Amino acid sequence: MPANIKNVVLAGAAAVLIFQWSAPAQDDSLGRQAQAILAESCYGCHGAGQQMAGLRLDTGVSAVVTAGHSADSLLIKRVRGAEGLARMPMSAPPLSAAKIATLARWIDAGATLPAPARHWAFVPPVRPAVPSTSRPAWVRNPIDAFLLARLDREELKPSSEADRATLLRRASLDLTGLPPTPAELDAFLADSSPHAYEKQVDRLLASPHYGERWARIWLDAARYADSNGYEKDAPRQVWFYRDWVINSLNRDMPYNEFVIDQIGGDLLPNATQDQRVATGFLRNSMLNEEGGIDPEQFRMESMYDRIDAIGKGILGVTIQCAQCHNHKFDPLKQEEYYRIFAFLNNTDESNIVVYTPDEQARRDEILRRTAEIETGLQRRNPDWRARMAAWEDALPRQPEWRPLTLTVDDISTGGEREIPLKDGSMLALGYAPTKHTVKFTAKTNLPQVTAVRLELLMDPNLPAGGPGRSIHGAGALTEFRVDSAPGAAPDQFTSVKIASATADVNPPETELEKKFDDKSGNRRVTGPVQFAIDGRDDTAWGIDDGPGRRNQPRKAVFAFAKQVENSGGSVLNLYLKQDHGGWNSDDNQSNNLGRVRLSVTDAPNAVADPLPDAVRGVLQTPRSQRTAAQEETVFRYWRTTVSAWSADNDAIAELWRDYPEGSLQLVLAERTEDARVTHILKRGDFLQPDRAVTPGVPAFLNPLPAGAPPTRLTFARWLVDRQSPTTARSIVNRVWQAYFGTGIVATVENLGTQAETPSNQELLDWLAVDFMDSGWSLKKLQRLIATSAAYRQSSTVTPELLAKDPDNRLIARGPRFRVDAEEVRDISLAASGLLTGKIGGPSVFPPAPSLLFEPPASFAHKTWVVSQGPDRYRRALYTFRFRSVPFPALQAFDAPNGEMACVRRARSNTPLQALTTLNEPVFVEAAQALAARALKEGGATDRARATYAFRLCTARVPTQAETDVLLALLAKEDRRLADGWVSARDLAGLKPDAETVPAGATPRQLAAWTAVARVILNLDETITKE
Amino acid sequence: MSCQDHLYRGMHPREVSRRWFFQQCGVGVGAAALMQLLAENGYASDDPLAPKAPPFPAKAKHVIFLFMAGAPSHLELFDYKPQLAKFDGTLPPPELLKGYRAAFINPNSKLLGPKFKFLKYGKSETELSELLPFLGEVVDDVAIVKSMVTDAFNHAPGQLLMNTGTMQFGRPSMGSWTLYGLGSETRDLPGFVVFSSGAKGPSGGDSCWGSGFLPTVYQGVEFRTGGDPVLYLSNPPGVDRQLQRDSLDALKELNQMRLQATGDPEVATRINSFEMAFRMQAVAPDLMDIAKESKETIELYGAEPGKASFANNCLLARRLVEKGVRFVQLYHEAWDQHSNLVKDLEKNCLATDRAAAALIKDLKRRGLLDETLVIWGGEFGRTPMVQGGSDGRDHHPNAFSMWMAGGGIKAGARIGETDELGFQVAKDKVHVHDLHATMLKLLGFDHTRLTYKYQGRDFRLTDVAGQVVDGLIA
Repeated sequence: MPANIKNVVLAGAAAVLIFQWSAPAQDDSLGRQAQAILAESCYGCHGAGQQMAGLRLDTGVSAVVTAGHSADSLLIKRVRGAEGLARMPMSAPPLSAAKIATLARWIDAGATLPAPARHWAFVPPVRPAVPSTSRPAWVRNPIDAFLLARLDREELKPSSEADRATLLRRASLDLTGLPPTPAELDAFLADSSPHAYEKQVDRLLASPHYGERWARIWLDAARYADSNGYEKDAPRQVWFYRDWVINSLNRDMPYNEFVIDQIGGDLLPNATQDQRVATGFLRNSMLNEEGGIDPEQFRMESMYDRIDAIGKGILGVTIQCAQCHNHKFDPLKQEEYYRIFAFLNNTDESNIVVYTPDEQARRDEILRRTAEIETGLQRRNPDWRARMAAWEDALPRQPEWRPLTLTVDDISTGGEREIPLKDGSMLALGYAPTKHTVKFTAKTNLPQVTAVRLELLMDPNLPAGGPGRSIHGAGALTEFRVDSAPGAAPDQFTSVKIASATADVNPPETELEKKFDDKSGNRRVTGPVQFAIDGRDDTAWGIDDGPGRRNQPRKAVFAFAKQVENSGGSVLNLYLKQDHGGWNSDDNQSNNLGRVRLSVTDAPNAVADPLPDAVRGVLQTPRSQRTAAQEETVFRYWRTTVSAWSADNDAIAELWRDYPEGSLQLVLAERTEDARVTHILKRGDFLQPDRAVTPGVPAFLNPLPAGAPPTRLTFARWLVDRQSPTTARSIVNRVWQAYFGTGIVATVENLGTQAETPSNQELLDWLAVDFMDSGWSLKKLQRLIATSAAYRQSSTVTPELLAKDPDNRLIARGPRFRVDAEEVRDISLAASGLLTGKIGGPSVFPPAPSLLFEPPASFAHKTWVVSQGPDRYRRALYTFRFRSVPFPALQAFDAPNGEMACVRRARSNTPLQALTTLNEPVFVEAAQALAARALKEGGATDRARATYAFRLCTARVPTQAETDVLLALLAKEDRRLADGWVSARDLAGLKPDAETVPAGATPRQLAAWTAVARVILNLDETITKE
Repeated sequence: MSCQDHLYRGMHPREVSRRWFFQQCGVGVGAAALMQLLAENGYASDDPLAPKAPPFPAKAKHVIFLFMAGAPSHLELFDYKPQLAKFDGTLPPPELLKGYRAAFINPNSKLLGPKFKFLKYGKSETELSELLPFLGEVVDDVAIVKSMVTDAFNHAPGQLLMNTGTMQFGRPSMGSWTLYGLGSETRDLPGFVVFSSGAKGPSGGDSCWGSGFLPTVYQGVEFRTGGDPVLYLSNPPGVDRQLQRDSLDALKELNQMRLQATGDPEVATRINSFEMAFRMQAVAPDLMDIAKESKETIELYGAEPGKASFANNCLLARRLVEKGVRFVQLYHEAWDQHSNLVKDLEKNCLATDRAAAALIKDLKRRGLLDETLVIWGGEFGRTPMVQGGSDGRDHHPNAFSMWMAGGGIKAGARIGETDELGFQVAKDKVHVHDLHATMLKLLGFDHTRLTYKYQGRDFRLTDVAGQVVDGLIA
């Protein structure tokens, strides 16, 4: 018998206590406090997971507590370390005196623990029966029945239906984020068919703007932004992910598939570009590229962020807490956190080239025509196979290259990190200075060294896979230099003269792209590898062979004029000067090498192997065993060496000049080699790994499917398993929140034990089950909510109802609250007619004060070239989002900045908002445009025009009193304009080169109407869903 | 940031926004009736920015934090180390470097002796760098901590830790916590104002003054020293003050009609927001006009009206505090001396020393120093080891110096010591959490009890740590 248990038995013999659940005498909060202390400090070893010394403290049965007598209880003795017993908890800091006192009080008070009932949200939902209610005629669908049953209990009545204009505006804003047009309103008002409203809902659900509105909500949870965050906060390309979300929602991709693609789309069989793009969800984490960071530390931060996003955004359970310790309230152990972590850990931070459908078609066409020409060559030269074999057999032997084991001079990298990889290569990560000279040192045992080979290798962690670090994955080598010292005297370096350089790619001399401008005014070029040994800093070896071909491994060989001879081997300093980046290291202007390997040889006359690595790889396979694809790889290279075929080769090269540039997208890619082992991290500190764990899921949630492989894809499927207790509840709760302002459970990010009690759990469960039974269709869910009687109620509130239910949790009235930041902007643009309806594409740069993007407001200079033309007026969803410099007009209205997952926005009401809608340039332009629109389209009288403008913004016809106010303002400002107090041209925004006064109107009229339009756009009602 | 996955037990975001200005401005008969109703229901006290008395007696009512971003060298400014001079050019003892991680350098780099002379200042004969003569004039009013430590050695995480108590994004800044705890004493200006000067912006960006999971009304508002002090403060072209007033009158009338029709008190808050915006349009430019100060005062700070500078911002900070602004933070990002240590420190001290000392003098003579806590410091210190040739230092989290004055700080207090090389704290370690705990104590809070429930847990500025530094308190 172990010593521990003996103690337990000895002490326990006196009085073995059976805990009682929730005895009425027990102070419940004391029980909870005790439970929290035990959970934090004891359950780890004496809980559900393990029972050291056979002792279990969480189930309510224990031998170490003598109820009513803390002084006699072994538990107290042990935590005190009294009577010479080993102090508990073992190998952890002692409990504070206050905690021990709490435990003692709890024991003295009877030592009962709160009831252990399973938390409701951790039991999979079952479809509840639809209740019968007081007024069946009001009930349009089960939502109404559940709500009404509750209202009946509260003795409240639902409100009457909202008028049609209000209803259509409400539904339009909820489903598309845009107000209805006058034509849409008129059509609905004139439709007397019984399902006129349902038809409108279906029309809105089919609108391509539906995906835009609901994408924004998902993008909050996905912490979407167009920059990396942290100090440098450089731009990143991720808009393909944003567009994937829009498109997926528009075609009502089932929510379970939507989630699977985002967590494990790349692992699906024959994953499509879309499915890989979807994993951008996980990559939306911030990326620290500050000088001198440890990339692994911030990869860990990204991992934590991913798990947080999955917890809040998909599971609806706060799991982040268990990063450092067992969850204090929910039954989640730290080990379980790291088992989830293990599912996601074996990935590379990949950045791939992606293509729009048009670009994809162009690519396909180039590949098709290339194949056509190649087939033609083969057809016209039936002996090609024999000729190719002869060429292959005549290839010169490659010298033997010995890879060097490199160490890096930390200071030489300028803050970039060189990570040694197992194959001897060095991978550059983190900060990317635009000008620096990396100094590597290596020892070789070769008595003679005749040449150095530099390989530029691919790596999934580099842009587009590398081999360089420019945003296209290319790079440039300004100069290459070597010093050598005898191995026996490793500090006596002399410079090694390099006689010649050869490479497998030698592009023609090309002036550097504009993005690499270093403001020196010098003409800087890239070109053949000789540029790396010409002693000039304005020339560099370039490896950018254009789109479609630039992302492949490259090599160069630098032959010494005189071999380095040291019988005891040599120490080499190898300097890679990389000075061909731009002036701003904080703005993606680096043109550095990415992953390099250096080798040496003693062979004479070594030159770079002209064959691409891919071809060289195929040649390892005997000819008879090669596949057709392998043969094609060899042919594709060999044909370029046949001089007689130059016309065809040129034709192909010409074709490739049209190869589309594509865009980049951050995605996740599973590591195929060097799999990571996941450890529990003590206190969440990556420098303190504890024991290793395997992938797994928390015991309190649904189990993994039996026999499923422990992959990220399995995890993805597990998240949306029919048996998941929280996933469906979580998303229907969030959809509900978007409609009614508050979720059925207000804490939408957390349905766990600390969640707010649901306002109507049966409704939540019914919606969740129905959602899953309906094929996880979000559009069906939306339709159900939008067509319910509850949703159609008027939002007018009486003081009595306001007092009884200030937050409208019972839904005895319709929702009324200020719209989201993006909609505030979009409503102005739509009402004024400025809005550009284009869906998707790269993010845009509407006007913003330039000082925001310059120091000292921004850490460094950021590029913000204001979009002109239609892109100036795109929906706010497409506004470029710098994390560290949020777009002010959106920030003022509580748009999150993407630093972490957000499933519930604040909804503030501040003077800064008023200043924004009154004075911000685009809002002012909207007022001017709305004025012009009223004059053009509003009718012949001022009253008709005011009515028209008002209706464009609010969807309703103003009362006479309201129009009177507007007309009084019109008259007054018209007079002031006439008297010269303000300038009509300024107020109306008239520019000399573009007259925009509507026919028949005067600048003064337009100016006076601008003042009126500005007021209408600033109404509370205009930015509120009623 | 604006994400508020918080509440319950706290407040609904709608409530938060609704109450902001509710009490402060007449909004018509209907609204008055509503206010009455709400007051009866105990809502009126929910105004999130209403001034609140702290739970304990407070010494400080305002904070001015001079954030020396980039991390100034303690070894050249505050913490004189003759031994470091002696061992200049030699390698540090290996046991010192065990487990030490550096950002840029190989930790096993040679030691670099202090680059500037230290002189004795004040009655207290405090040793300070020759670069800080103006601070020297007020040094007896100042408490100096030479034993600061932090957990971060990169700028953005370090600045976040100093501002929010954690290296992770998404947590409220200390200014937000202060506003949350104390409310604001000004109705015409934001309660938490941020300025930025220097060569770069803060590495932590906007998150340095974010409200995290607290309601967004608590987030810091950036004031700009060129053009509009607040974004979009000026009327657009063609709109004069009268037109703006006429427009707001029409808006108010229309919004009041809507308030009557819908019964939604949010409309009343909207009316008040616009009225306060209008007042801010008048007050803020006036406040920012430092030319209104006496010549002597301008001189004292070394300020230059019309220019953007740290000196101007110091003077503005005093003007804001006078108006009741609760928390003012001045970022001066200039102190990241990986190289150019000598020249840049000279330049930075010229730009900041006089103004920071003037702030203390000026607050003192106006009787404001007692209630205004002034804090000076950066996110970490710098290595005793050299970076580059002989004129730079790398990031160093293990030891750095800060100073404080006013607001209940014990004048002349000297806290902590480092080892002979200025590498490790040797005595009275003060972690960033301890600084926060002390600051909150001066503001009248027990740092363990100023909490906010978020994601089912009570969060606080000091996370799960923090000890009040008693020696700093008068």
